[in-house]
Amino acid sequence: MTHTSNRTISDAVTAETIATAGEVAPEAVARYAVGLGDDALILAQRLGAWIAHAPELEEDVALGNIALDQLGHARSFLTYASSAWGKTEDDLAYFRDESEFFNRQLFEQPNGDFAQTIARQLVASVYFDGLYRALSLSADPTLAAIAAKAVKEVDYHVDHSVQWLLRLGLGTEISNERMQRGLDAVWPFVAELFSVDPLSENLAGIAVDPASLQADFDRVVLPAIVDAGLTVPTAPAARGGGRSGVHTEYLGPLLAEMQVLARAHPEATW
Amino acid sequence: MRSSRGLSHVHAGSLHAPDETMAVRNARDLYTRRAEGVSIWVVPASAITASDPDARGAFFESPQGKEYRHATYYTESDAVPHL
Repeated sequence: MTHTSNRTISDAVTAETIATAGEVAPEAVARYAVGLGDDALILAQRLGAWIAHAPELEEDVALGNIALDQLGHARSFLTYASSAWGKTEDDLAYFRDESEFFNRQLFEQPNGDFAQTIARQLVASVYFDGLYRALSLSADPTLAAIAAKAVKEVDYHVDHSVQWLLRLGLGTEISNERMQRGLDAVWPFVAELFSVDPLSENLAGIAVDPASLQADFDRVVLPAIVDAGLTVPTAPAARGGGRSGVHTEYLGPLLAEMQVLARAHPEATW
Repeated sequence: MRSSRGLSHVHAGSLHAPDETMAVRNARDLYTRRAEGVSIWVVPASAITASDPDARGAFFESPQGKEYRHATYYTESDAVPHL
């Protein structure tokens, strides 16, 4: 369906416009973009599993919208990255193995119940919001353009998660308990988001220093948790290592499902 | 939903939501996917007073035969442009 003529849509940077522009990413920038793309891609794949299973039809669409926004970010980052090696976004998405994915481990964590998904999405969206805001000032114009478009979308994702955090936290005894359990489950993976990104070395002015995002994250997320009648978890951090290709037990099965069709029928189109 | 063309709000659809705030967000997600609107109003179904579908005759069929209510009997004057 391409009937829309809205200028704000057609002017925005997409994977297609990036591919057409033919800008070739420098090797180091491409490696950094792969990490960013993998974060968005893996979380989009996770959220996609909610379609037809969300608590309400309306929420199916809401989570689907968020997943598609994130898939759009992933496609842009991976398209740009793939230009460095004469590849395509699909080569990177479908034909890399687990240890070649560089997403932070938060994004591969299972959906759990709806509350756990909201907890993961809250952390992810606030993190992306700060990251893309900073990245929109990057010296690399393509990364800056992708981030500038993404910020507008992620702003809404933050709002969606905060609204549900409040409603589940302040809802019933059971919803409060489940929301707390969801936060407890994802919290060990928060610290990794702000730890050193080995893919951003030697990219001063281009990459965002993850540690610089922690203060803004805390300023948004911690009071929101308290306002929702919940407790900020104190669980110790997981070992991390996603940016070096080290993953939890959950990424492998996710990739198997995501990649099976493309690998069974290489170069198929539909 | 009000479109960006400056028209008044028109009904876009019905949805479920736990409260008003979430209703606006659900409406945004369901009905503005293709940039249809710039403003959303939500109204709880319980606040709507509707006409009775069984009383259609008295309510809506009385204009039948009253063609004079349509401006079809006027003749256009050649001297008035852009009419």
